[in-house]
This record gives sequence, structure tokens and C-alpha cells, in this order.
Amino acid sequence: MAATTHTISLFVENTPGVLVRIAGLFVRRGFNIESIAAGPTEHPEFTRITIVVRLESKPVEQVLKQVQKLLPVLSARELQAQDRVDRELMLVRAHLPPGGIDEAHSVVRRYNARILDISNASFLVEATATPEELDTLVALLNTFGIQEMCRTGRVSLERRPQANA
Amino acid sequence: MPTETLTGAAALVRCLELEGVEFVFGHPGGATLPIYDALYHSKKLHHVLVRHEQAGAHMAEGYARATGKVGVCMATSGPGATNLVTGIADAYMDSTPMVAITGNVAQAMIGTDAFQEADIVSITMPITKHNWLVTDAKELPRIMKEAFHLARSGRPGPVLVDIPKDVQNTLIDFQYPKEVSGTRYRALPKPTSKQFQDAASLMRSASRPVLYLGGGIHSAGAYDEVLDLVETTGAPVVTTVHGKGALPESHRQSLAMFGMHGAKFANYTVQNSDLLVAVGARFDDRVTGRLADFAPNAKIVHLDIDPAEISKNVAANVSIIGDVKETVPELVTAYKRAVEKYGKTDLSAWWKQVDNWREMFPLRYRQEGDKILPQYVVDLLHKKTKGEAIVATGVGEHQMFAAQYYRTSKPRQFITSGGLGTMGFCLPAAIGAQFGKPDALVIGIDGDGSFQMTLQDLATASKAKLPIKIFIVNNLYLGMVRQWQELFFEERYSQVLLGDCPDFVKLAEAYGCLGLRAQTPEELPGIIDRALAHKDGPVIVDVRVKEDECCYPIVRPGGALDDMLGGE
Repeated sequence: MAATTHTISLFVENTPGVLVRIAGLFVRRGFNIESIAAGPTEHPEFTRITIVVRLESKPVEQVLKQVQKLLPVLSARELQAQDRVDRELMLVRAHLPPGGIDEAHSVVRRYNARILDISNASFLVEATATPEELDTLVALLNTFGIQEMCRTGRVSLERRPQANA
Repeated sequence: MPTETLTGAAALVRCLELEGVEFVFGHPGGATLPIYDALYHSKKLHHVLVRHEQAGAHMAEGYARATGKVGVCMATSGPGATNLVTGIADAYMDSTPMVAITGNVAQAMIGTDAFQEADIVSITMPITKHNWLVTDAKELPRIMKEAFHLARSGRPGPVLVDIPKDVQNTLIDFQYPKEVSGTRYRALPKPTSKQFQDAASLMRSASRPVLYLGGGIHSAGAYDEVLDLVETTGAPVVTTVHGKGALPESHRQSLAMFGMHGAKFANYTVQNSDLLVAVGARFDDRVTGRLADFAPNAKIVHLDIDPAEISKNVAANVSIIGDVKETVPELVTAYKRAVEKYGKTDLSAWWKQVDNWREMFPLRYRQEGDKILPQYVVDLLHKKTKGEAIVATGVGEHQMFAAQYYRTSKPRQFITSGGLGTMGFCLPAAIGAQFGKPDALVIGIDGDGSFQMTLQDLATASKAKLPIKIFIVNNLYLGMVRQWQELFFEERYSQVLLGDCPDFVKLAEAYGCLGLRAQTPEELPGIIDRALAHKDGPVIVDVRVKEDECCYPIVRPGGALDDMLGGE
């Protein structure tokens, strides 16, 4: 069976160490985490965690069932591509292209990104888009030369509320 | 109930009392001084002072396995806590209900590499159902309530509560919660009637069905229910090592244990089945052999309380998630209804085949010559105890011989380390079992290697004058490893000769126990009689057995379940 990637949304208690428990479970069961993003929700006692997991041979149901055994995890669901919206935020500092800041601006405008800082040799870009669109922007900025970057990892939300959320 | 003002330590003691805890198997230390001061005044709790915290954890396990209640062990911070890890991991693998309590350094010191500090919560995260670091003494009663609830509910297992010293000294208004609250303790969704019907339909129409019983039946106490299932379906029954006693092994439908060292006829039966009904079992690799070749023509019906076990190793055609004490009777009802409507498949041809295998490949040994065979030891013990003793074992060849030849018939008789396979389990588990069942006959079948891992707690048994009888099946070797080296490493015996050391009889006497030795088959019955008759305290019997006896049959490593060596 070929490796598959799945987006899992977890709704968990906002208590110390929850992320450690979840990450530890994934590591020891061999569920490879490609990205993990956690943040507060509409309920202050609860956190939502979006995990993109890469599975070699196990079905994603096994991941969901194992993670639901953890006490602080209230729900775990796979979000199917057609049911969800994905976004990711990225900050990149790249070398100025040959055309200088004007060329940088025009590139950035095409991706709906913003320039946050400029120096005489580099510029700092902020972009929010789907992970795939960010991948394309990264490839382009790579042609200028990337000094440093960081990405948050995917966050996802379902378009419609589920029956048993 | 009016509240009382108590320190965290006193509150902990009160929580244990309110949970009906009888025994705490523990060892004090600097970080638990306040707790032990509070214990000093407790009239309800019986604290058993152990000599090593690992033994304390195994005692809690032995107690839990013999009684069905939650076992409690306690250690101080740092090395005390880390010494519990093996026992906690063991309870985790075998789903044994346990509450482990550790002290920790004061919160201001946590994270500073303080004296005897260890991050036991992080260390035990992978091997507990959940664990807690108590940061606010007011939370302690709620946490203890949750700890006990979690340990014993659903699929039982170990939990750990880590209590910093300052929390132990903080005053609180104590009130014990009546129940656990919160969304986390949600009940499982109930299985639908369709699932029972689908299972019943498969069972009714199968021509070569097998019932596969595991340890979950003990956790559920579902003995009557399972007996009904067995007799209503008339199918052959195999068990895991933990499933021993789920059905009396004397029952005519019982094929006893299958798996890596199961009887050949049991393994053939499973491999040739067209339907496996797994009850409270998890398709562990010791029983499946190579998964790709496991029961190739069998459909699978899986009854278990843990949803994550369904289709984890083996895909289930029908799964029924729930407490088997409730789901088995409903399955029987659905089965009876299906049979009424559509008739029952005749199993006589299948039984003819199974009985044929039983006749051709029985478990057997031949006690002749001047060396005692380990199988003979177990067989003789079985006869002399009428198969009614509580039997604790270590891990290794002796354990497998005990599983093969000590046929059990009552619940909670066979107490062994299955999933983790922890050497050193026998003595402390026997101690815990005896504390839990003071009137029962408790024997241990141990190995010379296993025994040495926890022997210091002979002192605990001796001081309490526990009438346990430990039979050391002494072949002077680490027998199971030696066997694998003989069979699969061309007899390159690397580091398995323990040798004739220590003198177990002198060791027993040093600990104030009766020490006996049997070296010939002729003297063995009399020695066993003497051991069983001794009531004043522990007996250790050094039984010298043939050094190179291997345990057969054995499923070839990496092989399919029916690819066995030996057992003819």
C-alpha cells in the first residue's frame, strides 16, 4: 500500500502537556507527523490541533482510535479534502532579486502576500494561503535565494458543521 | 458530608481509604515523608513495606489479578519512581488495574535537576492510561477519584499520580467527589442490533468455527456468559495465556492454549477455521504467528471493549465494541434466534477433524531417567494441588510449561506476565495474590533466572509469614534464550549459563523461609508434599531439572502459526 497523507483535526483539553502526549503517541506508533499546529478555540478550555500525518501502511482509522484513547482528547476526526478549507502562514526572508524591490513587489502581489521588511540586500515576506500555494511561492523565492523561513503548518476547518462535532 | 481540613498527604490517605484500598505496596523516601507520616495513623490501610519498588508494582499487579480490584503501589521521587516503571509497563501491556503513587520534589524545585528528582510523568506517559502531576492540592481528591475510575473502567490499566512535596504539605478542605465529572469520561456508543445479527449469522453458518478467548473475559468477569456462548455454539475453544481459566480447561470443548507454545492441535484448529470469534483478546503476535498467513480462510468476529484493538492487527468482518459481560449474552441471544430461523450448521465433521488432531498431537513428555523434566514438575504440582491453586509464574520456558501443563478451571488462577514478559514477576505477584486471597493456596512456578530478578522481596513474604510456595524450575540456564540459541543460532550459547549459584536453599533460610531441594524424580513428590504442608511462611523449592529440555511445540520465528517445530 502506498503512503497516504491525512489531515486530522483534534479537539482537546487545554491543559499542560497535551501536545506532548499526542506527539508522543504518534511517534511511538509510527504515525509520521508532517505538520502540527495547535491554537485556542471558541471555548477557552479547549484547543484545536491540526495534524497532517503520513501513513505507510496503517489505515487512518487506527490513528483516530488510538488518539481518542488519550484522556484529554475529546474528539478526533479526519477532514476530507473536499469538506475542508486549508490555510498556512509563512514568513520568508529572501535575497532581493536582480530587479530590486520593484520586482520583489510584483512577485509578491501575484501571491497576495505582503512585504513586511526591506533591507538593501533582502526582503521579508508574509504569505497566507493553502500549503500547496505556499510551496509554489517558496519555489519561486528560491530562485532569488532564501535566507531563512518558517511555516506554521496546515490549519484546517470544515466548511459545514458535522453532525457529531 | 462536612468537609475536614487536611494536608494533601492526609487527604491522599483518606482518598485511598474511601476507595476501599486494602493494601498499599510501597517504599518510603524523602519526597514522601509527609505521606508516610499521614499513613502512620491510618487504621484502614495496610501498607506492605517492600524491598524494591519494582516488586511493589508487581505485588499490586498480583493483587489486582487475583482479586479483580485495583492494585496500589507507592514510591518516592527519583529512583523510587523509576523503579516502578517496569511494573507499570507490565500492567499496561496486560491491562491490569493499578494506581501508582509517587512523591516528587517541591514544585519550586521541579525542573532544576534537584536531588532525587525525575520527570516520572513524562517517563510513564507511554505506559499509563493517563497520569497526573498534582500542582494544586485542592485538585487532589478529584484527581484520585479519576485515577481509580480510569484504572478500573473500560479496558483496565495503570495510572500514575505524582505529588510534589509542597502539595503534600498544603492544607485543603477535603471532600471526596461522588463521581467523576466531565466530558472525557464518556460512555462508548452501544453496538447496533445489526452487528449482533451479522455476527450471529456468520456463527450459525460457519462449518469450522473457533472461539478465541482472551484476558478481557477476566477483566469483565464474564465467565457464566462465556460458558453459555461456548455450550450454545458447540464450537472448539482456544485461549491465550491470559485467557486460561476463562473456560475451565477440563471442559470437553476446550483446546486450551494456542500460539507460539500452544498445542499443535490447537494451532491447526485455528489455522483451518472458517470463522474466529475473538472475545476479549487482541491478536497478539505470540498467538497469530506471521500475520499474512494467520487463519487464512477465517472470517473474524471481534468482541472487545477497546475500539482501537478492532482491526489493529487483524481486520474484523464484524466487530462488537463493549463490555463482554453485556455483549456476549446479547450475541448468544442473536445466535439462538438465527439458529431458530435458519437452522444450525452441523459441526460433527469439524469436531472429528479437531479430535483427530488432538489424538495425533497431544502435549506430552516422558519422565524417565534420573533428571527431572520441567513438564513433570508442573504436572505433578497440578495433581497435588488438584489444579486449584493460584499459580504465579516468571517468564521463560518454565512459564510456557506452566501454561501448557497446569490446566486451570477457575477464574483468576493463572497470574503471569504475558504482554511485557517480565522476568521477576513470579515472587512479588504471588505475594500480592496471597495478600488479596489470604485463604487461597498460592504457588509460584519460577525460573532460576527470573527468580533472581526480584528475590529481595523474600523478606516481605517472610516478615508477613505468607504461606506461598515458590517452585524454582532450576535448569541453571536462561532456558528460553538458550532454547532459541540451540534451535536458531546453531547452538552458540552466548551468555545464558547462570550456573549453580546461588544456593537457593541457603538463600531461603537466610530470608527466614523454608528451603527445600529436589534433585531426582523419586524425591520430588515427597518434597512437594512437604512444601504444600508448610503453613508458617514461605517455602522455596529448588527443583533441579534437565538442563537442556526445550519447550515444544514452538512456532518458528517469523513463521505461520501452523509452522511448528516439535510437538509430535
